[in-house]
Amino acid sequence: MNISLDRRQFIKLIAATGAIAQTACSRPPPETILPYVHMPERMLPGAPEYYATAFVQHGYAIGVLIESNMGRPIKIEGNPHHPASRGATNTFAQASILQLWDPDRSRSVRRDGIVSTWSEWLSAISSISVEAQKNRGAGLRILTGNITSPTLLAQLQQLKIQFPNLHWHTYEPLHNDNASAGATLAFGKPLDVIYRIERANVIVTLDADFLSHGPAATIYAREFAARRRPDHAAGMNRVYALECSPGLLGTVADHRIPLSPAELERAAWQLAELIEGNTINDAPNWLQQIALDLNRHRGESLIIAGPRLPPSLHALAHSLNERLNNSQHTIQYIAPVVPPQNASLQELVSAMSDGGVDTLFILNNNAVYQAPAALEFSAALKHVRCSIHAGFYVDETARQCQWHVPLAHTYEQWSDARAYDGTATIVQPLIAPLYGGTSPHEILNRLLGNESRSAYDTVRAYWRSLRSENFDAFWQSVLQRGVIADSAFPSQTVVARPVEKSRALNDASLTAIFAADPAVDDGEYSNNGWLQELPRPLSAMTWDNAALMSVATARRYNVNNGDIVELQHNGRRLQTPVWIVPGHADRAITLPLGYGRWAAGNSGNGVGFNAYALRPVDSSWFIDGIQLRKLGTRYSFALTQTQTDSADRKPVLHATLTELRAQPEFVRIDTEKNSGAGSLYPEYSYDNYKWGMTIDLSACIGCNACTIACQAENNIPVVGKNEVARGRHMHWIRVDHYFEGSKEDESAQKNPTVLYQPVPCMHCERAPCEEVCPVGATMHDSEGLNVQVYNRCVGTRFCSNNCPYKVRRFNFLQYADRERESLKAQRNPEVTVRQRGVMEKCTYCLQRITRGRIEAEKRGTPLRDGEIVTACQAVCPTQAIAFGNLNDGDSAVARAQHSSRNYTLLEELNTKPRTTYLAKISNPNASISAQLSKPEPRDA
Amino acid sequence: MLEQLTTHARDAEQKNKRWSYASISDHIADIVLRKNFGWRWWLLLGISSAGTLIFFGAIAYLFSVGVGIWGIDIPVAWGFAIGNFVWWIGIGHAGTFISAVLLLLRQRWRTSINRFAEAMTLFAASIAGLFPILHLGRPWFFYWLLPYPDVMNVWPQWRSPLVWDFFAISTYITVSLLFWYVGLIPDLATLRDRAHGTRAQIIYGLFALGWRGDAIHWARFEQAYLLLAGLATPLVVSVHSIVSLDFAIGNTPGYHSTIFPPYFVAGALFSGFAMVLTLAIPLRHYFHLEQFITPVHLNNAAKVLLATGAIVTYGYASEIFMAFYSDDPYERYVAINRATGPYAPVYWTMLCCNVALPQLLWFKRVRHSIATLFAISLVINIGMWLERMMIVITSLHRDFLPSAWGMFWPTRWDWIIFFGSVALFVFLFLMFIRLLPAISIFEMRQLGHAAESSQ
Amino acid sequence: MNSRYGLLAEFRRPDELMNAARALHAAGYRRVHAYTPYPVEELAQALGYRGNRISVFAFIGGVVGGIGGYFLQWYAAVVDYPINYGGRPLHSWPAFIPVTFELTILGAALFTVIGMLVLNDLPRLHHPLFSVKEFDLASRNRFFLCVENNDPLFDNEGTLTALEQCKPCAVCQVPL
Repeated sequence: MNISLDRRQFIKLIAATGAIAQTACSRPPPETILPYVHMPERMLPGAPEYYATAFVQHGYAIGVLIESNMGRPIKIEGNPHHPASRGATNTFAQASILQLWDPDRSRSVRRDGIVSTWSEWLSAISSISVEAQKNRGAGLRILTGNITSPTLLAQLQQLKIQFPNLHWHTYEPLHNDNASAGATLAFGKPLDVIYRIERANVIVTLDADFLSHGPAATIYAREFAARRRPDHAAGMNRVYALECSPGLLGTVADHRIPLSPAELERAAWQLAELIEGNTINDAPNWLQQIALDLNRHRGESLIIAGPRLPPSLHALAHSLNERLNNSQHTIQYIAPVVPPQNASLQELVSAMSDGGVDTLFILNNNAVYQAPAALEFSAALKHVRCSIHAGFYVDETARQCQWHVPLAHTYEQWSDARAYDGTATIVQPLIAPLYGGTSPHEILNRLLGNESRSAYDTVRAYWRSLRSENFDAFWQSVLQRGVIADSAFPSQTVVARPVEKSRALNDASLTAIFAADPAVDDGEYSNNGWLQELPRPLSAMTWDNAALMSVATARRYNVNNGDIVELQHNGRRLQTPVWIVPGHADRAITLPLGYGRWAAGNSGNGVGFNAYALRPVDSSWFIDGIQLRKLGTRYSFALTQTQTDSADRKPVLHATLTELRAQPEFVRIDTEKNSGAGSLYPEYSYDNYKWGMTIDLSACIGCNACTIACQAENNIPVVGKNEVARGRHMHWIRVDHYFEGSKEDESAQKNPTVLYQPVPCMHCERAPCEEVCPVGATMHDSEGLNVQVYNRCVGTRFCSNNCPYKVRRFNFLQYADRERESLKAQRNPEVTVRQRGVMEKCTYCLQRITRGRIEAEKRGTPLRDGEIVTACQAVCPTQAIAFGNLNDGDSAVARAQHSSRNYTLLEELNTKPRTTYLAKISNPNASISAQLSKPEPRDA
Repeated sequence: MLEQLTTHARDAEQKNKRWSYASISDHIADIVLRKNFGWRWWLLLGISSAGTLIFFGAIAYLFSVGVGIWGIDIPVAWGFAIGNFVWWIGIGHAGTFISAVLLLLRQRWRTSINRFAEAMTLFAASIAGLFPILHLGRPWFFYWLLPYPDVMNVWPQWRSPLVWDFFAISTYITVSLLFWYVGLIPDLATLRDRAHGTRAQIIYGLFALGWRGDAIHWARFEQAYLLLAGLATPLVVSVHSIVSLDFAIGNTPGYHSTIFPPYFVAGALFSGFAMVLTLAIPLRHYFHLEQFITPVHLNNAAKVLLATGAIVTYGYASEIFMAFYSDDPYERYVAINRATGPYAPVYWTMLCCNVALPQLLWFKRVRHSIATLFAISLVINIGMWLERMMIVITSLHRDFLPSAWGMFWPTRWDWIIFFGSVALFVFLFLMFIRLLPAISIFEMRQLGHAAESSQ
Repeated sequence: MNSRYGLLAEFRRPDELMNAARALHAAGYRRVHAYTPYPVEELAQALGYRGNRISVFAFIGGVVGGIGGYFLQWYAAVVDYPINYGGRPLHSWPAFIPVTFELTILGAALFTVIGMLVLNDLPRLHHPLFSVKEFDLASRNRFFLCVENNDPLFDNEGTLTALEQCKPCAVCQVPL
C-alpha cells in the first residue's frame, strides 16, 4: 500500500466532489426569482430558503424544492405539490446538487479542443444561422435527448417551419421505444401509460422494475409501499415479479420468478392463454396460480411490461389489462409526454457517413460515448463539416466536435419541463451560472436569428402566449408552487386490439441484458462522487460495475466473484469482472451501462467497464448468443457490506400476512427470551421532547435514497474506492441487505428472499458508546439524543468498538477538504465539517431539530408532529421512516412504536434504542410453493 | 514450590560464597566503569538506535497523516497499537513481580535478577504508555484524559476504562521508577566511589544524593524499600486487571468476559518472565555473570513460566467453555470463528506457542539447557504477542450484525511501528547496562555476608 | 578546636564494627554514626535508632491519595458538571473505584520515598566524611564508625582511646 499515492488519489477525489474558487464570487441570477410560498420572503442570514424548480432526468421533470442558504443551493427536497415527487426524490436528484458544484464542469467555449471565446462562438453561430436562412436548413441537423420542455419544443417547431430541410434526431440510451411501438401496435397510436399502483390488488410485472426506472418511479414506489402495509384500508397488494435482471421490485415482491428473456416471453404468452381460460399442460403451477389470481381480481389487477421487452409483449400487456378490465381502473393512457421522435440516431449516422450532414448541433447529449460502439458514431462524426456540442462537461462528444459550448446547469437556467403525466413545471435558476454557460433555448434563439433573446424571455413568452390574462399573477403562482395547475395530459379512453402471438426473442445459451446502472444511470452521473460511492443494491458494490449473473450461470462457466471474463458478440469484445447476484435469471447476464468513460472527469474516468461496446446498432436491450470466456485474471471490488447471510441472527423480523393475522405479536416470540431485562440504572426523564424514529421494513425497497440524502445534508465526505475497500466508508445511514434462503435448499439459495434494513444511529437510552468514551465526547442531551461532540473527540474509537450496531464512522484520514473555498460554498453551513481523527455518526439531523425548536419558540407554541423531518425521512419515496416526539402520544412515530410489528434491533443487549423497526410483512400466494419450478427452454 | 525456591536459593549462596564484598563490588561496578565495551555491544547499539530513529520517524509520519496509515477500519477500530500496548505492559509485570513479590516472599535468589528486571519493567511500561497516545485520532489532545480545570469546564468521563488505564499506567510507571531508583541509590554511591573520571564521579554523585551508607539511613532505606514492595504488589495485580477491563467492560463478544483480569495478569507474568529469560541469558553470557545469574535462577524462572502458562491455558479453556455454556450465540460464534475463521492460523499458532511448547519445561533437562530455554522464551514472547492481537482483532471483526462484519489487514506502518518499539526497548536496555549496574551490588554484598554467617 | 568533624575508625568486619558501636553506645556516646557497604542487622538499633516513622508517611500518603481521588471523581461527575452518559447514574461509585485505588498507591509510594529522603536528610551532596580518602571503601568492603565532635562526651584523647580499644584497623581525624 503506497500511502502517499492513496493520499493523492484521495485529494483528487475531494477536488472532484468540490467546486473551484469562482463560486465564491457567484451572484444570484439577474431576473427576479421567487421563494417557495411557505417560506419567509426576505433572506435571513443563515435561514435557508426553498425555491421550487425541477430536476430533469431523461427529459422528464421531478419537482423539487432546493434549499438555498445565503444564495447557495445546497440541498434538494421533493416538492409536495408535484405529481412526480409528492415530497420525495430519487438518488439522482439528491446527487444533482453535487453535479451543480462539480469543478470538472466545462468552463469555456472550445474550438477544435482549444479554449476559445464567447464572441468567436457567437459570430460562428450567427454565420451558421445566416447560411441556414439561405439554404432553408439543408445539411443542418440537431441531435438531442428526450425533450419535454414545452418552450424548447415550440422553438424546435419554429425551427422546422423556418428551415424545412432541417432534421432533428433524438437519442436516449435508456430509450422507451419498445413501449411506444407496443402502444402503437395495441392502439394504433403511441401512448404513455400511467399506472395506478395504489389501486391494484394484484400486480404482475414482466421484467418491469417500476420502483427504480422510469419518470414515475418515485411516485410509483410511494403508491406501491402504501399497499405493502398490512394496516392499509384496502389491504396488502400481492406482487408477482417475472424478472430477467434483478431489480428492486423483484426483491420486495411476494414472488420473484427469474426468467431469461426468452423464457419470460414464453411465460407471458402462456399467461395470456391461461387468463383466457385455456388449459396449457406444460404451464408451471405458479403461472396457473398467477392467472387464477388475476382473474380473481378483474378490474383491480395490473400487468406491467418493462421497457426492455419487445413491442409485442407491451401490446400483449395492454390487451391483457383490457381483458382483465383494468384499463381506466388501475391503468390510464395519455398522449406521449415526449413527442414521438422524428429521426433516430441510426439515420443520423448514415446521413453523416454519406456526407449529408453539414452542420450538426448536439444539444446536451453524449452520443460519442453512449451510442452503441457498433454504430461507429464518432467515425461518422468526422464527416461533418461543422459539429457543435453543448453540454455540462467537456465529455467524449465535446472532444470529437469542432465546437464545444458550456451549458448552464438545470439549476442555473430558465426553462420548463413536464412530468410523467404531462404536468409542467417552470425551471427557475437558483444561482447565476458558476462557469458562464448558455442554455439550449438561447442557442436555438440564435439559430433562429434573434440573438439577444434570453432564455427567461423565451420561457415567459411561451407561457404568456398560453395564459395571457393576468400573466404576472400566474407566473408568480407557478414559480411559488413549482407546478402549473391542470397542465397534466387528460386520460384517453382507448381500446387495445388483441395481438397476434409472435416470438421476438430466441432461446440462447447466454443472453446479455443491458441495464441502467443504479448509481450512474446511463453514464450521465459518472463523475458524481456521491453516486459512485453509493452502494449498488444487492451487491453493496461501490465505484464499479460488473457483469451480473446467477449462481448457476457462474457455476456453469466456473467463474467466481471478481474473475475477469471476456464477452464476445459479432466480433466485439469486452473484458469485465463478474459479480454473482443470487436471484438473477439463469442463461443471462446483466451488463450495467454508464461506466468505462474516458472523458467524464476526475471521479468518473476509467471506472468500471463500458457495456456500450457490446450494444447492437439499434440499441436493443438483449443480445443472445453471447460468448463468455474466463480469462484467469482477477479484479477486486470495494464493497460496503461483505456479509449477506444473517447467520441466523434475525436482524430483520418478517412474516407472511397470514402468519401475522394468526399471531399479531409474533415479533415478541423472537425477543421475549431477552426482552424486559431489568436494569440497575435510574430512569432519566425527558420531559420536553423525546425524539425517536421508526423504520417500516415492509415499506423499505432498498433504494438507498436515504443514504445519499443524509450525505448531502450532513456534509459526509467521499473517501474513494481504496478507502471503501478497507472498510472506511462514511455513510451515516446504511441500507443492509440479507439473502435469506435455507442452506440445504438449493433453489432457495439461487432465488433467496431479500431483506433490507436501513441502519442509522439507534440513539440508545443506555448508549454503550457513551459509557466508554474517556473524554465524554459522546453524551445524552436533554431530549435524549445521543450526541457526538466533534471538538471534544480525541479519537480513541472505543465508542465504535462498543457500538453493537456499528453505525459510527471515523475520519481515519483528513477526508473532508477544509481548504478549498468552493467546497465551503457547497456544504451545509448548519453542519460541522469534521476534522481528521474524530468520530461521527447519525445525529437525527440535529440541525433540523434545532431550527424547528427555535421556530417553535419564536412562535410560542410547541412543535407539531411532522414539523421536523430528517433528511432520510424527507427523501424516502415509500415514507418508510417515521420521526418525531415520543412524548406526544399522537405523533406518527409514537403510534408506530405501539404497533404490534414494532421491535428493536438486538433487544437482548438492553441498549433501549430510540430507533425501532416495524417487522416486514409479505403477502405470498399460499398455493405457490417457495421453490418455484421454472419452465425448461424449448424452441417454440 | 516455595520450599524448592529457598533450597535453590541456598545453592545459589553456596556458589556465591567464594566472592568477597570487594570482588563483588568491583566485578559488577567494573562492567559499567570499564572503558571499552566490546564491538558486539556497539553493533547492537547501532542497529537498535537505527531502529529507534525509524520508530520516531514513523511516529512523525503517523502524526502528520493520521491513524489511517494503519490497517484499522470499522469494525476493527483497534489494531496493532492496542495489541502492542497490552503486550508491552504485560512484559513489564515480571519485573515488578520479581523485585516486589519475591522480596516479600523472602526469595533471596531474586537478588541477582531484580535490578535489570526492574529496568525491563520501566522501559516496557514506558513504551507501552506510548501506544495509547499514538493510537488516538487526535494525539495532540491526549491530555484531555487528565482531570484539570478546563476552560470548557469539562472533566474526564470516569466510567471509561481508558481513564482508569490512564491513571493505572501513570501510577505504575511512577512507582516502578521510584522503586528502581531507590534501590539504585546505594549502588550509585558505589559507582561514585569507584569511578575514576571526575565527570563520572560528579554525575553518579549527583544521583547518589550523597548516600554514605549510614547505618540509620540503611534502616530507613530498608523500611522504605519494603513498603514500596508492599505497595507495588497490589499495584502490579491491579494494572493489568484494569488493562483487561478496557476489553471486559465493553459489550463486544470476545471482550465481555469476567475471566479477563486474572487471565490477563497471568498472561502478563507469563510473557514477562519469558522476556526476563530472553534478556538474562545473553546478559550473563556476555558479561560473565554466570556466578550471579546461575542456572538456578533460569530454572526457577522456567518453573514460573510453567505455572503462569498453566493459568493462561486455563483462561483459554474457560473462554471456550463459557462461550458454549452461556449459550450466548455471539460468544459461541466468536469461539468458533477464532478456531475456524479467517484468523484461525493466528489462533492455532498462538496455542502452539503458549500452550503446547511450554510443556517441554516439565523436563529438567530442558530447564537446564540454556539454549532451549532461550528459544522457548522467544517463542512465548511471540505467542503472547499473537494472543493480544487475537483478542483485539478477532473479537471486533465479526460482532453482532453480520452486515457490519469486516477484516483487518496490517499495513507496513503497523509493522514498522511495532518493530520500532522493540528497537527502542533494546536501545534503552543497552544504555542501561552500559551506565548502571545490571545487578544490585549492595544486595549481592548482603547475600555474600548472609552466606558467610550462615556457615 | 572546632575545626574537626570527628574521629573515624575503620574496621574490616561487620561484627567488629558492631562490637565497637555497642561499646561506645554503652559508654554513653550519642552522636556516633556507623557506615557500612550494605545494611547490617541490629547495627542501627545498637546505635540507639528506634521507631518507624516512614510507615506513618506512607499511611498519610495513601489516605490523601485515596480520599482525594474519590472526591475528585465525585465532585467532577456529580457536583461540578453532571452529564447523562449513556443513562448511567451520575454517582457511579463502582466505576470510581479503580482510579481511587491507583491514587491511593501513588500517594503512599510518593510519601514513602519523600519521607525516607527527608528523615535521612538527603540529598546532601557534600559531607565532611567525603574528604577522608579511605571513606570511599565504605561502599566497598570497609566498615566505619564515626564519633562526632559535638558529642557531649567527646574529648580527643578519651574518645581516641575508646575507639582504639575496639581494635579498628585505622583511626583518623575528619576535618570540617
